[in-house]
Amino acid sequence: MDILSLLGQGFAVALTPTNLALAMFGCFIGTMIGALPGIGPVNGVAILIPVAFSLGLEPVSALIMLSCIYYGCMYGGRISSIMLNIPGDEPAIMTTLDGYPMAKAGKASQALAISALASFVGATFATIGLTLFAPMLAKAAIYFGPADYFALYVMAFATIGGVTGANPFKTLLAAFLGLMIASVGLDPATGTARYTFGSYHLYDGFDPIVAIVGLFAISEVLVYLEGVHKDEARSVPLGRAIPKFSEIFVGGWAHARGSVIGFLCGILPGAGASLGAFMSYIFERRWSDKNGTFGKGDPKGIVAPEAGNNAASGGALIPMLTLGVPGSGTTAVMLALLISLNIQPGPLLFEREPEMVWGLIASLYIANVVLLVMNIPMVGIFTRVLAMPQWILMPFVVMVSFLGIYSISHSTFDLFVMIGFGVLGYGLRKLDISLVPVILGLLLGADMENNLRRALSISGGDFSILLASPISVLLYVVTFAMLMLAFGFAYVGRRKARRAADGP
Amino acid sequence: MSLGSRIIGASIIASSLFALPAFAEECIAPADPGGGWDFTCRTAGKLLYDLQLVDEPVQVTNMPGGVGAVAWANVASRRADDASLIVATSTVGITEIAQGRYPSDASAMRWIGMLGTDVGVVVVPADSEYETLDQLVEQLNQDPASIAAAGSSGAGGWDHIRLLMLAEAGGLSSEEYQQIRWVQFDGGSPAVTQMLGGQVDVVTTDLGEIAGFVESGDIRILAAMSDEPIPAFPDAPTAIDQGYEVTGYNWRGFYTGGDVSDEAYDEWVATLEELYNTDEWKEAAESSGLIPVWRGGEEFETYVNEQAEQMAEISRQIGVIE
Repeated sequence: MDILSLLGQGFAVALTPTNLALAMFGCFIGTMIGALPGIGPVNGVAILIPVAFSLGLEPVSALIMLSCIYYGCMYGGRISSIMLNIPGDEPAIMTTLDGYPMAKAGKASQALAISALASFVGATFATIGLTLFAPMLAKAAIYFGPADYFALYVMAFATIGGVTGANPFKTLLAAFLGLMIASVGLDPATGTARYTFGSYHLYDGFDPIVAIVGLFAISEVLVYLEGVHKDEARSVPLGRAIPKFSEIFVGGWAHARGSVIGFLCGILPGAGASLGAFMSYIFERRWSDKNGTFGKGDPKGIVAPEAGNNAASGGALIPMLTLGVPGSGTTAVMLALLISLNIQPGPLLFEREPEMVWGLIASLYIANVVLLVMNIPMVGIFTRVLAMPQWILMPFVVMVSFLGIYSISHSTFDLFVMIGFGVLGYGLRKLDISLVPVILGLLLGADMENNLRRALSISGGDFSILLASPISVLLYVVTFAMLMLAFGFAYVGRRKARRAADGP
Repeated sequence: MSLGSRIIGASIIASSLFALPAFAEECIAPADPGGGWDFTCRTAGKLLYDLQLVDEPVQVTNMPGGVGAVAWANVASRRADDASLIVATSTVGITEIAQGRYPSDASAMRWIGMLGTDVGVVVVPADSEYETLDQLVEQLNQDPASIAAAGSSGAGGWDHIRLLMLAEAGGLSSEEYQQIRWVQFDGGSPAVTQMLGGQVDVVTTDLGEIAGFVESGDIRILAAMSDEPIPAFPDAPTAIDQGYEVTGYNWRGFYTGGDVSDEAYDEWVATLEELYNTDEWKEAAESSGLIPVWRGGEEFETYVNEQAEQMAEISRQIGVIE
């Protein structure tokens, strides 16, 4: 078969000793970058581009190393989500929901191993999809217009109430808070400044990563400071250092469901890994949360978003390579790298640079295997983090947060924004409001608005464009069905509960 | 030792003898990693060091915010006399200055030079009914609201202004051309893919980012907004050839702080001119769709100030600013 022989050539490129060593180096560095809150894949890749140049690497080698860093970051982002309840990057926020409760219950090593396996499945699924269907999928993604994107985000927001098990009104409140925060900054359609109070620093709005680090990491430290005098030593049972095999394979079909949904979100330029993780989690919760264990440390609540965000990251490479349209911040940086290596991504890339493209794809397969092999033994090391005394851990979290945020924008303003978000996060925690919907509102809100504005610009202000395409109609129907199902389940659940209460 | 390596060795010694700044140079890209300004800093920075035009690797700092306003304000207030610093900018930055979105006007900085320029193009899908610019303009004249156009800037940004300049040259009044529907996307490629998906009729943006779609035959150039035909696509007609006296370049260049000494400023101009004259720069520029063009020193300062005035005039006409 044609693809197989091309892929074989790709492996010949990727398996040279230099490239293999670079792939392993990239995987390791990527995992570390992903695990440190605040740095994230965008900046990780951007910081290491000069390194790739100064090593005088061949274009293929440079791209292989940076792609492995990209995949590594996606693997690594989950580690601090699980261990510290602080997401390492945007797509990892969903993993905090079930990962952290599992760690608190003494199953940290199991959670880490499960998520490593889920990441592997998701990323491998996406890489296979990339191998087989890249040009075809890129053609399909073209027909997804602004109105369809808007419908996709409507679906996301309609289901956001189900993200946490707690009071849905509080969840909605948190999501709207995120939406409000997303409205700060220059309006991209007209360049009008909104809620910036004359400060140029607010022109680009709030960077989601600054908000994440503030809301999660800084507020965690504040909560700790509050309790420090009460002298309640938090003792977390560590459990087994290396989990049993049978404990890792509990996800079952959740792997497949998460991978497919994540991959589909990844192919759509602009939607990206965060939406992939979110959608996977929501669907998995609807699908398999029969006993209300989601949000309390259900392994499937880790498997779905991890498979989802890694599949989306792989999927996002498709529009980047075949259309030159980056699906996320990280792919935007890789796009810039390709261009500076004199490689023009676009419809002709696969024909013109087969060696480069197939070498890259082959290296992604290798990266996946390397990451899985590397991550399982590292579980033992990471669980030691929980054994660290809080008075060492918390200053470390503060240090990494400040360094990470400052390294992104070199602006002290962002540090104040981060502290502000920390205080906000502390307040929300005290009110028992989940922080995850705030971030979802912020992350998805801007894209939702932009696409609504675009759709209305196209139609000249006529709202009927929102229902004009079959794709958006289909998305609204699915949204409606999901909401009906949710209400139906809630009704049946309440009747059961009442009957049980009426009984003897 | 081969002749080549001897020449390289000699030039390293020679360049270290001449007065070059002894401290590490920094290039601020006033945007997130990945965009045009980031590319300008990284490519120029890499070549400056590779070719031994500077002693140490150029440090690239991303300082995103306000389409360059954050970096501008930072340089103006804190590093106005820092001779080791250059900041990447382009016509897009001048548009912002002209529309009063930066804290000060163009005279607050010293403009070093431009190294190349991207060319604005008007493109339609390969199967579009519009074969020539005339046909598009005719349709615009009949019913300006019937066309949905897109680009990488918001309304009033450089991509939008370029379309309106063409429309004006085609005889539309300002009330008429303001009826053209304008859609903003996050870059030229997203705009083109959405056009291929049938969402909009025409895209005006820089050629560099979307050249691949022209080569693959997915889209057609109706007009190149340059004085001469574009080297990479000599068959694409210019707007001028079709009777519309409009050009729309997007140059890439650098400024430095307003209080930098004449000596240091002249040195930067000389260093960048030297970079411009190398084959390596021309190759790097052309492969990313830029046409190498040099304007430096005083000539460049005059050019920038004129362009800012011109842009302000256009912005007033189309109602973006008062």
